[in-house]
Amino acid sequence: MTKPELLVTPKSVDHIKALLDAGADAFVIGEQKFGLRLAGEFSVEQVKEATELIHSSNKKVYVAVNALFHNDRIDALDDYLREIQNIGVDALIFGDPAVIVAVRELGITIPLHWNPETTATNWFQANYWAERGAKRAVLARELSIDEIVEIKENAKPEIEVQIHGMTCMFQSKRKLLGNYFLYRGEAMEIENRKENKNMFLHDKERKNKYPIYEDLNGTHIFSPNDMCLIDELTELFEAGIDSLKFDGVLHSEEYITTVTNLYRQAIDAYFDQGEEVYEEIKNELLEKIEEIQPPLRPLDTGFIFKETVY
Amino acid sequence: MLQLIENEKIRETVNGKRVITKKPELLAPAGSLEKLKVAVHYGADAVFIGGQEFGLRSNASNFTIEEMREGVEFAKKYGAVIYVTTNIFAHNENMDGLEEYLQAIEEVGVKGIIVADPLIIETCRRVAPKLEIHLSTQQSLSNWKAVKYWKQEGLHRVVLAREVGAEEMRKMKEEVDIEIEAFVHGAMCIAYSGRCVLSNHMTARDSNRGGCCQSCRWDYDLYENVEGEEQALFQDGDAPFAMSPKDLKLIESIPHMIELGIDSLKVEGRMKSIHYVATVISVYRKVIDAYCADPENFKIKKEWLEELDRCANRATASSFFEGEPSYKQQMFGFNAPKMKWDFAGLVLDYDQETGIVTLQQRNYFKTGDTIEFFGPDIDTFTMEVGQIWDEDNNEMEVANHPLQIVKFKVDRPLFKYNMMRKENK
Repeated sequence: MTKPELLVTPKSVDHIKALLDAGADAFVIGEQKFGLRLAGEFSVEQVKEATELIHSSNKKVYVAVNALFHNDRIDALDDYLREIQNIGVDALIFGDPAVIVAVRELGITIPLHWNPETTATNWFQANYWAERGAKRAVLARELSIDEIVEIKENAKPEIEVQIHGMTCMFQSKRKLLGNYFLYRGEAMEIENRKENKNMFLHDKERKNKYPIYEDLNGTHIFSPNDMCLIDELTELFEAGIDSLKFDGVLHSEEYITTVTNLYRQAIDAYFDQGEEVYEEIKNELLEKIEEIQPPLRPLDTGFIFKETVY
Repeated sequence: MLQLIENEKIRETVNGKRVITKKPELLAPAGSLEKLKVAVHYGADAVFIGGQEFGLRSNASNFTIEEMREGVEFAKKYGAVIYVTTNIFAHNENMDGLEEYLQAIEEVGVKGIIVADPLIIETCRRVAPKLEIHLSTQQSLSNWKAVKYWKQEGLHRVVLAREVGAEEMRKMKEEVDIEIEAFVHGAMCIAYSGRCVLSNHMTARDSNRGGCCQSCRWDYDLYENVEGEEQALFQDGDAPFAMSPKDLKLIESIPHMIELGIDSLKVEGRMKSIHYVATVISVYRKVIDAYCADPENFKIKKEWLEELDRCANRATASSFFEGEPSYKQQMFGFNAPKMKWDFAGLVLDYDQETGIVTLQQRNYFKTGDTIEFFGPDIDTFTMEVGQIWDEDNNEMEVANHPLQIVKFKVDRPLFKYNMMRKENK
């Protein structure tokens, strides 16, 4: 069995140093003009700096170009891809097929990771995009463990699964927060708050709180809970999932670093010391996460053990 | 000023008069065979329907294969065609039965499928190659380079994301030679379609497999988290945070869309009534025909707008086609307008000699009510209901049984599928 990659989302170049020490194997970086819901904002210069740093530790760096593009960013996308090509990152994360066309036309040689989020729901699609150049498929977070395992059994590309953090439930092109304040005649309210990214919607009936923010790509709404699979990794390990992602969007650097290290311990325990050792320490690792978990962010296991109907 | 595209034969000059030679398809929704027939009868060039599997709207009444066959045959008589939505994003468990299903659809003479999942695209190509493949709006197609991708994949048509504006459509048409279908009327997602799983989280119903429970339309309270303290961003009496978009209505943009060379103009609403389908389709039919016949002298008629309003139960807006929608194109603390007219009856038959109409009752009405008849083959007219009889010619004062067959005297000729509305006082 091969050890899965532990993929994390740094907030800054300095944060990458801490995460390398904490045991991260790979990093997702980029900027909101091309990538969606990133934990940090990295200019091309910073991508270069980050790549040197990460490569000097023999770790991997992936750049997100997974926005839903409109015509107005298509030319800029070409320029961006050329710049990223020169930096020599390890993968581009895409969802929009425009990226496939651009990569072909420009002769970009960076490997591709297919990540459309909600719509990556079966193994056929994983293989379809693999035939068109994707080396990896990132699965929708709305899948059960059985579905994930079956996809892995039938998929040709590498499979990446989220194991911790928030998941996006909704993306609108509209400025929903701005519109709400404008409707109430309080345009400045949103301008004052936009950078903070600390607003949430309260759903009184379900007693849920959904983080919400606006950026260049529109309005994003997130799951009410952070998924946390630190004590439920055995089946993913056994299935041979290639990459386990902790999405740290809207969390602090400190939280991301600590949680990354706890997952490092979980993965190493299982693969270096055996399943029994992992079984022994997993509850303790979970408790350590619970201790630092922000009060507004309850933990759950996402859709791993939850069936959806339709 | 209209943007004119020169590289496609959209228009030509005949005897010094400009005419439109490329008339777009008017595409109607239908959740049942009856709705399909009404849509075609009222002027749709094409109708999209759902089958019993692989489509969204799992709670719409969907078509069996035999009903599809009947729908295709009916449409053929009018020169109209049928498309079937198979636009779920499949999970592993949904893969069984797909081949047989697509082959059955092909065999009954459906023209194409509307599809989002490459699993269904590739399977269709392999097992049912006669079917056209149209990319669903569930793929959120928003730029010309992605349009180019799907063209390279051999698709016949793409349905654009609802977030695409007129200028963006123009560029797509310029860059890629592929049929483009765009929404012109009806309810819309406020998220990018396919990129919303609110239902999955809130009610464990999978929105991308037809389980959407429209949680975006609920009310929420907006808070801010300031160093662990929750602070309300609203005051008592403020309207709650809402994500409800006004329904799309592009009737006044139809000329612009025709000039852009958009191939298919789509009306949304498989769950809507036959009254809705008939009203909306007949109005858009008139607009398209009038503009294409004489674009220079075209003017939107007030009566068309009023007619559309007769089946509207939500406020409307021109979202995205005419530019980024503002807060005015959303509904906040808003009460839906009450429909001014109710659908009251469907004409089954009219006896020219006696002047008696046979009608299927669709809403309460009684002797003395002011009613209106409309249909593709008559001019709309208003009258007062006189004596009503039941099927066996017994006199009755009120028609209050749903679907009951009733008769009364009408002094102008009516035709099958004409509809009767009652003013809602």
